[in-house]
Amino acid sequence: MSRYAIDCPATKSQVVDLYFMEHRAKLLDIAAFLDRYDRAPADDEGHRGGAAGEDFRVAALRKALRILREDGPERARRIQEHFSDMTEQPIEKAPMQGALGVPPVSRT
Amino acid sequence: MPYIDPHIHMVSRTTDDYARMAQAGCVAITEPAFWAGYDRSSPKGFYDYFRQLTEYEPARAAQFNIRHHCWLCINPKEAEDPGFAREVMTLIPEFLDRPNVLGIGEIGLNKNSKNELTIFEEHLGLAQQLDQLILIHTPHLEDKLKGTRLIIDAIKRNTNLDPGRILIDHVEEHTAKLVLDNGFWAGMTLYPDTKCTPQRAADIIEMYGTERLWINSAGDWGISDPLSVPKCRVEMKRRGHTDETIETISYRNPLTFLSQSSKFSTHG
Ligand SMILES: [Zn+2]
Repeated sequence: MSRYAIDCPATKSQVVDLYFMEHRAKLLDIAAFLDRYDRAPADDEGHRGGAAGEDFRVAALRKALRILREDGPERARRIQEHFSDMTEQPIEKAPMQGALGVPPVSRT
Repeated sequence: MPYIDPHIHMVSRTTDDYARMAQAGCVAITEPAFWAGYDRSSPKGFYDYFRQLTEYEPARAAQFNIRHHCWLCINPKEAEDPGFAREVMTLIPEFLDRPNVLGIGEIGLNKNSKNELTIFEEHLGLAQQLDQLILIHTPHLEDKLKGTRLIIDAIKRNTNLDPGRILIDHVEEHTAKLVLDNGFWAGMTLYPDTKCTPQRAADIIEMYGTERLWINSAGDWGISDPLSVPKCRVEMKRRGHTDETIETISYRNPLTFLSQSSKFSTHG
C-alpha cells in the first residue's frame, strides 16, 4: 500500500512528459537569478545581514538548493520549513504588514 | 461540473470576473472580511464594508446566478491596535443575522504579534458565544508555520470549539498535516506566483487525501486569479484524477463544511 493518500494517477514517464519542460525552465530561472545577483554592483551601505555580506535571502536560497540535492521524500515540505521562522513565542509588535520569504537572521 | 469558490474577495474584483466565473461553472462563493490594501481610518469604514459585503455584493453576484455569502471580523493586518479592533468588533453582532453571513472570518494572525493573538482570541470568544462557524487566515511565507501552530494552540487552550466547525486556510506542504491531524478543515489557496500553485495543490491532495480539504482562489486586489479553482480542476484532470476526486475537492467538500450554516445555498 502507498504511504500517500491517493496514488499519483500519472506514471513516472507521464509525469516527466507533463512537467519536465516547465521545471527545466524554472531551474534556468534560478541559475539566471544567481548570475544576475553576482553581476549586480554592491549596495552603498552593505547588504541586509547574512554571511560574508551576502543578502540573507540569497544565503537562505543557496541553503535550500542543498536540500534539493538530498535524496528522500517531501523536499517541498523540508524547504518550506527551512524558509520558516522556527521560534515559538509571539513577537512584541508587528514591524510591517508584509513578509520577506525568509525569517530575519535573528529568528532562523 | 459546478464548483464553489469558498474564499474570494469580490469587493476588489470587477463584474466581468463574476461573468467569467459563472461561465467556468461557479455557483456559490464565500467572501471573508479582509484588508482592503490600505488601513481604514475609522471603525465607520468597516461599517460601510460590512454593508458592502451583506447588501451590494450579493446583488451583484445574483446577476450571474452566483450565490454570495460572507464572513465578518476585523482582519489580523489591522489588529495591531487593540482599541481600534475592539471598536470594529462591536459592529459585528448586528450584522450576523443578515441572510448571507455564515460566521466569523477571516480571523487569524499576520506577523504573529502579541496584539494580533489577543484580538484573534477575542474573536474566538465571540464565535463561541454566538455559536458561529469560523474561517481562519494563516500568515504567509516565513510566518506561516509558526502562526499555524500559535493558532491551533490558542483554539485548544482557550475554547471548547468543535474543530469540525473551523476551517484553517492557506495551508501548504508544511502545515496541511498539522491542521488535518488536529481535526480542523483545511483550505488551500492557489496563487499565480508567490505561493501555492495548482500543481502543488494537486500534490498535497495526493499526499493527504480529500477528507476535510478544499481549494480556493483568495482572489483580491493583489496579483491573483479568480479562475484558479477551475484551473486546478484542469490540472488534476490532466494528471488523470477521477471526476469524483475533482468534484469532492472543488464542490462536495465546501458544500459539506458550509452547509453547517443553514444560510449557505448553491441555488440562485
Ligand atoms: Zn482572504
